[in-house]
Amino acid sequence: MGYVRQFFVILLFSLVGELLNRLVPAPIPASVYGLVLFFLALETGVVKLSAVEDAGRFLLALMPLTLVPLTVGLIDALDVLKSVLVPALLLGIVGTILTALAAGAVAERLARRRERSEK
Amino acid sequence: MTPIWDAISTLFRENCYLSATTTVGGYLLALSLQKKFKTTLFNPVLVALFFTLIALQLFNIDYETYRRDAAPITFLITPATICLAIPLYRQFELVKANWLAILAACSVGTVVNAVLVWLVARAFQMEYVEYMTLLSKSITMAIGAGITQEYGGYVAITCAVITITGVTGNMCGTFFLRKFGILNPVAQGLAIGVSSHAFGTARALEIGETEGAFSGLAIAITGVLTVLIAPLAAAAPV
Repeated sequence: MGYVRQFFVILLFSLVGELLNRLVPAPIPASVYGLVLFFLALETGVVKLSAVEDAGRFLLALMPLTLVPLTVGLIDALDVLKSVLVPALLLGIVGTILTALAAGAVAERLARRRERSEK
Repeated sequence: MTPIWDAISTLFRENCYLSATTTVGGYLLALSLQKKFKTTLFNPVLVALFFTLIALQLFNIDYETYRRDAAPITFLITPATICLAIPLYRQFELVKANWLAILAACSVGTVVNAVLVWLVARAFQMEYVEYMTLLSKSITMAIGAGITQEYGGYVAITCAVITITGVTGNMCGTFFLRKFGILNPVAQGLAIGVSSHAFGTARALEIGETEGAFSGLAIAITGVLTVLIAPLAAAAPV
């Protein structure tokens, strides 16, 4: 399918996600609503994979890039961050690695056990 | 500054393409450096940030102007994140088979994160407001900022810590996971998504589709779990 039409489908889910975010009184972001609905549409066949695949690949490749302007905002927030700088860095760096290792260790064990039971 | 330089920087400052061009250019440069030197030290997000900051300083552009000019890039965050549904759809058989690992990893990650924040808050004798501000550090900004707002914390600090967390996960998440023998693509994806949200997921997508799909799924589940345990964390004495 044409690129413009593919992009349109993805925009449509973004729009619906944004609407739900405004209408539902829960702190769930538009992207989570959109992700879930988009997934359901693919799974039920309402949207065919071929109808979004190319534009989707392009947008996924862009994803890390879209986050860069947010990191630039960090520099602007340095002044307010000062009051908790040390604990924030400690949690942001060491805490993140520890959290990843804890979740990873559990997942690794369960994923391996499942693979073994399948054989 | 010389008048000529002043004229040049005004020319650039009033050009709405400067911000986007340096950001995208810095990102591309990092990708080629990464390929050439085979090291993740040249993290694309970090190098792009670095180049953007230099450009802002050089041409004397304030953050507000940058944010306005970079809006076409930020605009794509939601459409790009939504596209995580595609790898998720392709990997759905594997997702179903690993439902237990997914739930366990997300729960453990959410609880470990909350306990670490609580411990650090106690160690540094933080105010209650500061403690609640840091609680959402491992989840996606849209949810994290919402939780902080709900509990009267400082949203700007939450966003800053979420960014530090994300850059850490993006840069060295996989390094530590590999070091500790966490090699299964499903486990790696979950660990990255649980600990470092979309920034980490961006890196997971570079490793492989399975890693990306599970990381994306973990963002959503961890975000919702954090909303659910926030009242519990709020009740813990600091």
